[in-house]
Amino acid sequence: MTDVAANPNAYGASAFQADHAHEHHHDADHKPGFFARWFLSTNHKDIGTLYLIFAIIAGIIGGAVSGLMRMELHEPGIQYLNLWATYVDGPGATPDQAHHLWNVLITAHGLIMVFFMVMPAMIGGFGNWFVPIMIGAPDMAFPRMNNVSFWLIVPAFLLLLGSAFFSGGTGNGAGTGWTVYAPLSTSGSAGPAVDMAILSLHLAGASSILGAINFITTIFNMRAPGMTLHKMPLFVWSVLVTAFLLLLALPVLAAAITMLLTDRNFGTAFFDAQGGGDPVLYQHLFWFFGHPEVYIMILPGFGIVSQIVATFSRKPVFGYLGMAYAMVAIGVVGFVVWAHHMFTTGMSVNTKMYFTAATMIIAVPTGVKIFSWIATMWGGSLSFRTPMMWAIGFIFMFTVGGVTGVVLANGGIDDVVHDTYYVVAHFHYVLSLGAVFSLFAGFYYWFPKMSGKMYSELLGQLHFWVFFIGVNVLFFPMHFLGLQGMPRRYPDYPDAYATWNDIASNGYIIMALGMVIFFVNVAWSLAAGKKAGDNPWGEGATTLEWELSSPPPYHQFETLPKID
Amino acid sequence: MAATLQDRNRRAALMALVAALGMLALGYASVPLYRMFCQVTGWGGTTMRVDPAVVAERAHPVAGNVLSIRFDANTSPALPWSFHPEQNRDRVTVGARDMQVFIAENKGTVPVTGTATFNVTPSQAGKYFTKIQCFCFTEQRLEPGQRVRMPVLYYVDPAILEDPDARDIQEITLSYTFFPVDRAGTGG
Repeated sequence: MTDVAANPNAYGASAFQADHAHEHHHDADHKPGFFARWFLSTNHKDIGTLYLIFAIIAGIIGGAVSGLMRMELHEPGIQYLNLWATYVDGPGATPDQAHHLWNVLITAHGLIMVFFMVMPAMIGGFGNWFVPIMIGAPDMAFPRMNNVSFWLIVPAFLLLLGSAFFSGGTGNGAGTGWTVYAPLSTSGSAGPAVDMAILSLHLAGASSILGAINFITTIFNMRAPGMTLHKMPLFVWSVLVTAFLLLLALPVLAAAITMLLTDRNFGTAFFDAQGGGDPVLYQHLFWFFGHPEVYIMILPGFGIVSQIVATFSRKPVFGYLGMAYAMVAIGVVGFVVWAHHMFTTGMSVNTKMYFTAATMIIAVPTGVKIFSWIATMWGGSLSFRTPMMWAIGFIFMFTVGGVTGVVLANGGIDDVVHDTYYVVAHFHYVLSLGAVFSLFAGFYYWFPKMSGKMYSELLGQLHFWVFFIGVNVLFFPMHFLGLQGMPRRYPDYPDAYATWNDIASNGYIIMALGMVIFFVNVAWSLAAGKKAGDNPWGEGATTLEWELSSPPPYHQFETLPKID
Repeated sequence: MAATLQDRNRRAALMALVAALGMLALGYASVPLYRMFCQVTGWGGTTMRVDPAVVAERAHPVAGNVLSIRFDANTSPALPWSFHPEQNRDRVTVGARDMQVFIAENKGTVPVTGTATFNVTPSQAGKYFTKIQCFCFTEQRLEPGQRVRMPVLYYVDPAILEDPDARDIQEITLSYTFFPVDRAGTGG
């Protein structure tokens, strides 16, 4: 492989930039009117922007929901839940309805963060924005299907939010958990709220499958001349693997939740023991989707971090091929480990042994990635700009979450800590501190490219440190709570757990302060940020997006770049 | 050139779509596959069923190996029956045939047809707990006030003594839950 990353001129950059100046009279930068541009958009960059705005809005809502939960959990006893239930269920809300509201909150937080924040931001946002540019394509393969993908996710989100105003059985809203396990989701939740939530997942799933087809086609067919698969930037590789995971995992979820829907409404008994069904089958189907889903959320983050670490080390990434195929390996093995989410459903010792071993094997390609990032930084000319801080924070925090993951992979240990806060701590370290850190890393890294403005370095650094401290104070105590036996998904707990819960809730406040700094930074940068040049990161930034102007022209690469 | 790219794009999208539809089909195919898997392997405490004609050659008592069998009987809230075993527990020799009688009575005012689901714990015992005859194989119809005695004829397969996961089991619980066949509100 010729090392394109090592040699920015390998892209023949000057040649096609000259072409661009030349092409300007063809209206490469002509933009349609406001409505046509943002509501009928087929431009991958505009759709990417829409996805990012959508994800930020969803993230604010999902984050506010977790704020409500940390507020209630700040002290033992029920402080606010009964009051909140009167807003949702009317003045006569019963304590049962208040507890149902708690289930609604955990369900909303999980579904919003997974399907409407992380996925749209990673794949829809950064994927749409930068995959076509990085492979030297003018746009996605199916621009109109791209538009359909985005406009499916908006009604999906509205359906989920709207479900809060309809009966979900005990009280208003869908209180099933993001896993929607039967029989709670079938015979346990009468009323339209759960149907709406299921339909919302159908729409979000359809949106993602269309998006996955689009990315696969784009990456296989639309690469610029000379851009072989083994020269693609690692972010493109990560989106390619993610698209395959989406394509193969989401239809299984669609099948499972369709069965839920017919069990609920049309008298089938797929998951109902009364009619010869088995609720454990739902868990198998859900986690056959659910485990690849967690890699769907983190793999694009791996890609983003790879780009950033290479850029700010001024070195090509260490072990490019190993990095790419480690992601492929994670994707493949991710399909055969699902039952480690179900160790307590009465599996035989041999089955547990298999799923324990298979799960631990994933630590090998993941370790390859962690060590390759460290090796990339080793001996590099490091600059600790804001994106690099988030990327290093990602590597650190994701490793902590990975280690607790290896602990949880053991069937015997999982019997003890299953459904405790230890699990909550684990998946927030890989998601809330892993995926989210990579999202912020990508946001700061590409913000100058997307907006043409530089962010404030001071506020960016401040945001990183406040957020970093906040989330660690928030989530690290949950390991202790879990090991002490505090179960997840309850609004109340014995006094013995009060100290760490108090600290965790204070951590939330610090984290929220960090988010305020973020929004101030975004607003300030958009309004008064310095103009960013084509490449604000210097010689380390070698991928194609840095050869274009900031922001890139409305239609880039009218003459395809040639990569040699 | 543009046309060929469009063709190639369509072909790639079509292949991806077929893969997605294939996974959707697989999701549905998993329902019968899962049932077959459980019936064959006894997974999740699914009990085995044997033809009465071949019991004589399969069931050989193994002297000195006695298991305790507990019986558990439940009814769905939608079924106005009382349902309980005649004895709560039994001690049987591994491989020996044994019979337990369950008593059901319709406490309601209308005739009701019920059917029983069943499984055993610990679940590793499922593939050795073999039923020769059981009221749970068929639906039961009880007139108001009618009381019936329903037998279960079973044995524990001696192969359990050779399974490292199951040979230490001292006690097996056989559990039944009766449900109405006409599910309320669904008509099905």
